[in-house]
Amino acid sequence: MSGKRLVRMTVNGSPVEEAVEPRLLLSDFLRQVLGLTGTHVGCEHGVCGACTVRVDGSTARACLMFAVQAEGCRIVTVEGLGPAEALSPLQEAFREHHGLQCGFCTPGMLMTALDLIEKYPLASDAEIREGLSGNLCRCTGYEHIVAAVRAAAQRRREPSS
Amino acid sequence: MDQSQTTLPRRFKVVGQRKRRPDGIDKVTGRARFGADMTMPGMLWGLVLRSPHAHARIRSIDSSKAEALPGVKAVVTGADFNGERNDVSINCMAGDKALYDGHAVAAVAATSRQAARQALKLIEVDYEVLPHVTDVDAAMKPGAPVIREDLITAGVEPVPTKPSNVAARHEIGKGDVEKGFAEADLIVEQSFRTEATHQGYIEPHACVASVSPDGSAELWVCTQGHFMVRNVCAALLGLDSAQLRVTASEIGGGFGGKTTVFVEPVALALSRKANRPVKIQMTRSEVFRATGPTASSSIDCKIGLTKDGRITAAQAELRYQGGAFKGAGADFGAMAIFTPYDIENVKAVAWDVVTNRPKLAAYRAPGAPMAAFAAESTLDEAARRLGMDPLELRLKNAAREGTKAAYGPTFPRIGLASCLEAIGNSAHYRTPLGPNQGRGLACGFWFNFGGETCTTINVNKDGTVGLSVGTPDIGGSRASMCAMAAEELGIPYEKVRTVIADTASLGYNDVTDGSRVTFSSGLCTIQAARQAIQRLCQRAALMWGIDAEAVVWEDGHAKPAGPNAGKFEPLSLAEIAAASANTGGPIAGHHEVNAEGAGVSFGVHLCDLEVDRETGSVRVVRYTAAQDAGKAVNPDYVEGQMQGGSAQGIGWALNEGYVYGDDGRLQNAGFLDYRIPVASDLPMIDALIVEEPNPGHPYGVRGVGETSIVPPLAAVGNALRDALGVRLTETPMAPPRVLAALAAAAE
Repeated sequence: MSGKRLVRMTVNGSPVEEAVEPRLLLSDFLRQVLGLTGTHVGCEHGVCGACTVRVDGSTARACLMFAVQAEGCRIVTVEGLGPAEALSPLQEAFREHHGLQCGFCTPGMLMTALDLIEKYPLASDAEIREGLSGNLCRCTGYEHIVAAVRAAAQRRREPSS
Repeated sequence: MDQSQTTLPRRFKVVGQRKRRPDGIDKVTGRARFGADMTMPGMLWGLVLRSPHAHARIRSIDSSKAEALPGVKAVVTGADFNGERNDVSINCMAGDKALYDGHAVAAVAATSRQAARQALKLIEVDYEVLPHVTDVDAAMKPGAPVIREDLITAGVEPVPTKPSNVAARHEIGKGDVEKGFAEADLIVEQSFRTEATHQGYIEPHACVASVSPDGSAELWVCTQGHFMVRNVCAALLGLDSAQLRVTASEIGGGFGGKTTVFVEPVALALSRKANRPVKIQMTRSEVFRATGPTASSSIDCKIGLTKDGRITAAQAELRYQGGAFKGAGADFGAMAIFTPYDIENVKAVAWDVVTNRPKLAAYRAPGAPMAAFAAESTLDEAARRLGMDPLELRLKNAAREGTKAAYGPTFPRIGLASCLEAIGNSAHYRTPLGPNQGRGLACGFWFNFGGETCTTINVNKDGTVGLSVGTPDIGGSRASMCAMAAEELGIPYEKVRTVIADTASLGYNDVTDGSRVTFSSGLCTIQAARQAIQRLCQRAALMWGIDAEAVVWEDGHAKPAGPNAGKFEPLSLAEIAAASANTGGPIAGHHEVNAEGAGVSFGVHLCDLEVDRETGSVRVVRYTAAQDAGKAVNPDYVEGQMQGGSAQGIGWALNEGYVYGDDGRLQNAGFLDYRIPVASDLPMIDALIVEEPNPGHPYGVRGVGETSIVPPLAAVGNALRDALGVRLTETPMAPPRVLAALAAAAE
């Protein structure tokens, strides 16, 4: 087995430094080394989107990256979405609008949806559906997820409403 | 239980409201712990070696090199399954034959996944490759490779002397179909095929097992039924049920696919051998290759009608393959196929067939969607030929209260006609179609189960209530249990916390399946609450020094009644609980039942779609589902079940299907090639909740989980017929089939 390599990154605002196998996936690093099990693994080949995280502000599939590729990056996982004492508006909207059933796809959905409403705050329903189409959900038929994202986007535009 | 639990219409305070889900925060913050999220000290990683052959004799397995690899702590094969060696056991770990591509033949546990992966490559299996068959009709033909040498067809006379791939014949019927067809002015006869689909839950199976040398064991697992897991694993491995404590994790979707065991006994066997905890989490490819898809089917359907649209006879032959083990569920198909209609003469023959495919597992109304595809498509064709509105034709023949179903029961109050009317009254039904669009209607039926269930309510001293149920929450049942307990006790919803108790903490509960939980665990919860109320009233009587009979429970308070009415201030649940140490100790309620009276379920779906005639691409543009929920405990969750099942059915109709190569190997064992619907594939799915109270439940509740997957195959197929002018009879109705059908029609 090849030697371990030191990798440094920021995860949810905290600096992290670990020696890892070069072949260790970022998803496994987050889950097994850091204990951040909110990043879920559904397919290991980048299709289901359950492992979606933010890498330097862009969404990425943690199952398609090696941990060493995240050297020097800022990683945000679902655990880092909200302030410690409360939910983020997007998380609140998912809870409020029943935007989940089993909840397994939810962390990846939230990470993708955050990117979507930040980049396209005026997204129509069709655009929200398009934007979420890299994330699989088998429970909901997506109806309530779209409603939750729509509500979060609206709240972002009109914080007082 | 009698069939009249529902009392007079009541005004609900909590039930029927869209309360916020109790597991919401955990699930939006990543705190919820699913199957793969558990670790134990000293834990090993287990991996399974799977057959690359569809059918092969296993001459020998040599694991000596694997065992010698540093980090490897245990290797198991079928020989380590020392309990009952039944079909489930053989499916979890092969015996002398590998029966399908992906069949488990050995497993290893090692200190890292990397070491376990290397060890798998060092296990030498000597296979003698045998001829295989994966298609249901091919498997039934004389001369087909016989997969199970000990399989003699059940249900035929005389009993066959030779084994075959036909496991069983079932027949359901009533009346005289010959006479019925003779009375018909029109007979429509068609044949249909559906490919196997997978439940497609996003969470792969995962568990952590820890077996102690003293025989006690712990198992953490994502499952629809941890009591089932306990009983089955104990039987397969020769363990005592009491020693095996199983805890159900949060479950990332199941839809029936997690109602049996796959890797759980393997992890236990590895842990027993290694004397350390072992985690196994399946890859997506393993999930597709080796866990339960649905049956694939081939169905002939014949319906006779009078000129004015009355069905005089209906007949079907259903052939289902459910993999290499008997139990393809064709009998469920036969029981369900014509049940939405009041027909005097019915005959349905079901053939249960084995092939070299993975053993099927339940998938939402197992066996019914393909049957409905055949019956509802044939009925649609009949409506066209009669020039009748398809909804009117169905209303004319709809099963109603008093209708005797061909499979036995006479229905009490049911909601099919109400669902048809709801669709008929919808704006969708009256909206004109655009160019290249078509509209299809279909009905669906599912039995709904009851079953063995128990729950415990503990009244806490601060006035909160803990509710322990034994049915894993796959569809939001903790919310509905909280609502029913709060309703009955008269306390706020937020005061109740529902947990899924482990197998050491509650009596046996059947699996979460058959749309049974909101009904059965709900019924138990209400009865347990009533017992707790009785005891709360007794304690209040003690506190007041009056007879318990003279106390009533209203709005969460004990109140003196009869001659004592008004003599004392009402006591709240919290006040009685706080004083419980002085009145006899903790206050609890418990109920156990083998629940009956589940109340059958009907739904009606309406689908509009648009076809691109150049590419064969089909887009569902509008979809409405009506379903009878009896009483919707939480309408958000009911709509979610209706929408989710519709989406799965649309996927089944248009895209999803197992693809086997000539070599008998599964060619699309991943979400890239087995494509389930994404958000942009689907329109808004309008859910119309119909409420015809179920007389078998105190609040009128019927299960709602499964019926929604029954109508979509036919609703989509009928809409395609409307748009194309030609009928597709095989799923998935993907672009190549659409183009082929258009080309054939043009000739």
